[in-house]
Amino acid sequence: MNVRRILAIARKELIQVRRDPRSLAIALLLPLMQMFLLGYGISLDITNIPTCVYDQEASQHSQALLARFKASRYFGIVKSVWDYGALRRALDAGDCQLGIVVPWNFSLRLSTDGKSSVQALVDATNDNTATLAAGYAQSVVSAYAADDLELRFTGTGRRLGAPQPLAVDSRVWFNEDLASRDFIIPGLVAMIMALVGALLTSLTLSREWERGTMELLISTPVTSMELMIGKLLPYFAIGMADAAFCVALAVGWFGVPFRGQLVTLFLTTLLFLAVVLGIGYAISAAIRSQIGASQVALLLTMLPTAMLSGFSFPIDQMPAVIRAITYVVYSRYYVTIVKAVFLKGSGLAQLALPIAGLLIYAVVITFVAARAFRKSLG
Amino acid sequence: MLERIFALLVKEFLQMKRDRTARFRLLVPPILQLIIFGYAATFEVFGVSTVVLDQDHSQESRQLLACFTSSGRFQVAQVADSRREVRHALDVGAATLALVIQPGFAQLLQKGQSAPLQVLVDGTNSNTALIALGYVGQIASGYAQDYASTLAQRRGLMQQQAPPQITLEQRYWYNENLNSRWFFVPGVVATLTMFMVVNLTSFAIVREREVGTLEQIMVTPVRPLEFILGKTVPFFLIGFTEVALITAVALLWFQVPFRGSPLTMVLGASLFLLSALGLGILVSTICRTQQQAFATNFFVLNPLFTLSGFAFPISSMPQALQWVTLIDPLRYFLIVVRGSFLKGIGVSYLWPQLAAMAAIGVVLLGLSALRLQKSID
Repeated sequence: MNVRRILAIARKELIQVRRDPRSLAIALLLPLMQMFLLGYGISLDITNIPTCVYDQEASQHSQALLARFKASRYFGIVKSVWDYGALRRALDAGDCQLGIVVPWNFSLRLSTDGKSSVQALVDATNDNTATLAAGYAQSVVSAYAADDLELRFTGTGRRLGAPQPLAVDSRVWFNEDLASRDFIIPGLVAMIMALVGALLTSLTLSREWERGTMELLISTPVTSMELMIGKLLPYFAIGMADAAFCVALAVGWFGVPFRGQLVTLFLTTLLFLAVVLGIGYAISAAIRSQIGASQVALLLTMLPTAMLSGFSFPIDQMPAVIRAITYVVYSRYYVTIVKAVFLKGSGLAQLALPIAGLLIYAVVITFVAARAFRKSLG
Repeated sequence: MLERIFALLVKEFLQMKRDRTARFRLLVPPILQLIIFGYAATFEVFGVSTVVLDQDHSQESRQLLACFTSSGRFQVAQVADSRREVRHALDVGAATLALVIQPGFAQLLQKGQSAPLQVLVDGTNSNTALIALGYVGQIASGYAQDYASTLAQRRGLMQQQAPPQITLEQRYWYNENLNSRWFFVPGVVATLTMFMVVNLTSFAIVREREVGTLEQIMVTPVRPLEFILGKTVPFFLIGFTEVALITAVALLWFQVPFRGSPLTMVLGASLFLLSALGLGILVSTICRTQQQAFATNFFVLNPLFTLSGFAFPISSMPQALQWVTLIDPLRYFLIVVRGSFLKGIGVSYLWPQLAAMAAIGVVLLGLSALRLQKSID
């Protein structure tokens, strides 16, 4: 291993990156675009669910209930209708996603039986927003039942009911406001690094092949190990700079809390970069055309990182087969780590398991990458 | 003229047949995406891993915990003996939710007083946490109501002493069982078609330029308009086949219902393909190499995909981004596809979307044809 040769290769690679506008765009523009596009575009928080109301009773009580919906920030009343047909049409056309129907005997049943019901018609095309909308509607109705009703009916001679026997005292840890942005953005760091790292390095060897400079390189005294290290060194620097940039944006611009230690993030990020760059390098060694290499790199990073890493879809809800596959998805470990460092403030000790996963991956990939190139020398 | 166009079509299909990467591009992404979106993409919440700390050890506390496990929404991953263990389980992610029942729980219940159930939830995944909390509320209030009525019966109290109750009867329309698959799989029909058609079209034209065959075509009697038709018709057909194939998989394999009319789908797909083809040609007129086309496609398709409402609701985006989504043809096609699959609505409801796609398609295709013609002349 000769340090001088490694540095020479690294310098050559850096110059090549600087002269290639495409690589520059990936290194500089892509993180910026992804951070803002996905940071703002991916949100699971729902507010102002377009709501249609059909008040069959039109009494003081039904109006008081609907006023609660109006006051809630989760619902936006867009329409009042006077028959089921209009309600159905509004849901069909997508004018509203929720229909609240107060039946004509709403207060009558309340005063005679002490029980009544309200109907919620939910457009469940998107099952997730439907579940959330129904949950919020439930809490509005329960709050109305608990506060308003007791007061109102006490005034008209009814006795105050017994207190609710069970009081749920719930506390949310780590992401106290349940903001989906705080959940998504740390994962974006992983996504961007996987994309940038693999896309950039997938070009390093295939470029040499395509331009015919590979023979030249082979004829130099550089060993394949030195070549790999020298070629990847600049990308380590670029990757770490991109990571720093993304973390700075996440904390400074998007206001995501950072509770862990930078050292933890720094060390694990280095490890993750080793994995990603190794994958890119192996692809580059295996596929000799730049276009083919970058397509494979995109396919191997974007889809698994977005879908199978726990970035947005919870892994524990996937079927067993897919869950087993996620262990092979390298970003799974890093996504877990980044989220924990940001939100939970976890340290190295608590993250031992995912770090071990990354470490094993890094060793295997380095081995594969180093071998992949030696083979093609022959 | 028709003859020449036909000759171009034959050439295009022959080229595709011989191109290994094109076949790879036609087959692998659809299969992968269908599997991933069909099986992995779910926001549903079942079997939340739960750590339980029961410090009361009473019949009541056990009953309450049984209510949680029997719902299927929660799964006891660990039984803790102390608060420290609970904290640790949440810290390392061994559990997402913790249920803590303090000593004296049953006593308070029996006295008719309010007994606390402490719930700690890991909010890292805000969506799961929110839904899980909703289920906690439902299960707890169900238990509370049962307990209150048995207590009232035991004591012979009048029912009117129970607190007033209002139940919310929920009816889920269009996707009655709240199946994530029904939401995502039809969406894949639209997104895949876009990725496929834009990529294929732009690559095909750029390759001609790269290899130098574009000049060869220019010296043949083929006219620019014929060239454009010869380049677009094959990809239009491929796009259509793609829509039909994925729809078939959605219906037969994933059992997603198709409630609308096939004609609406055909109309929507045709209008959408105009935009996709236009976009592909436009990219090809900007780029000289396949490399550039690849990068440009990435920077164009990624925003279109993210802002389409495919997975994340447009109404949750900031207002400025919501306006941007108005020029995204995928946004409209998704509404048409989901409307046809799940809602069973037809042109009478979907005409605004169809009109928007037609407008975007005509603009994109017109613009790209003009640019292409210029670059050929």
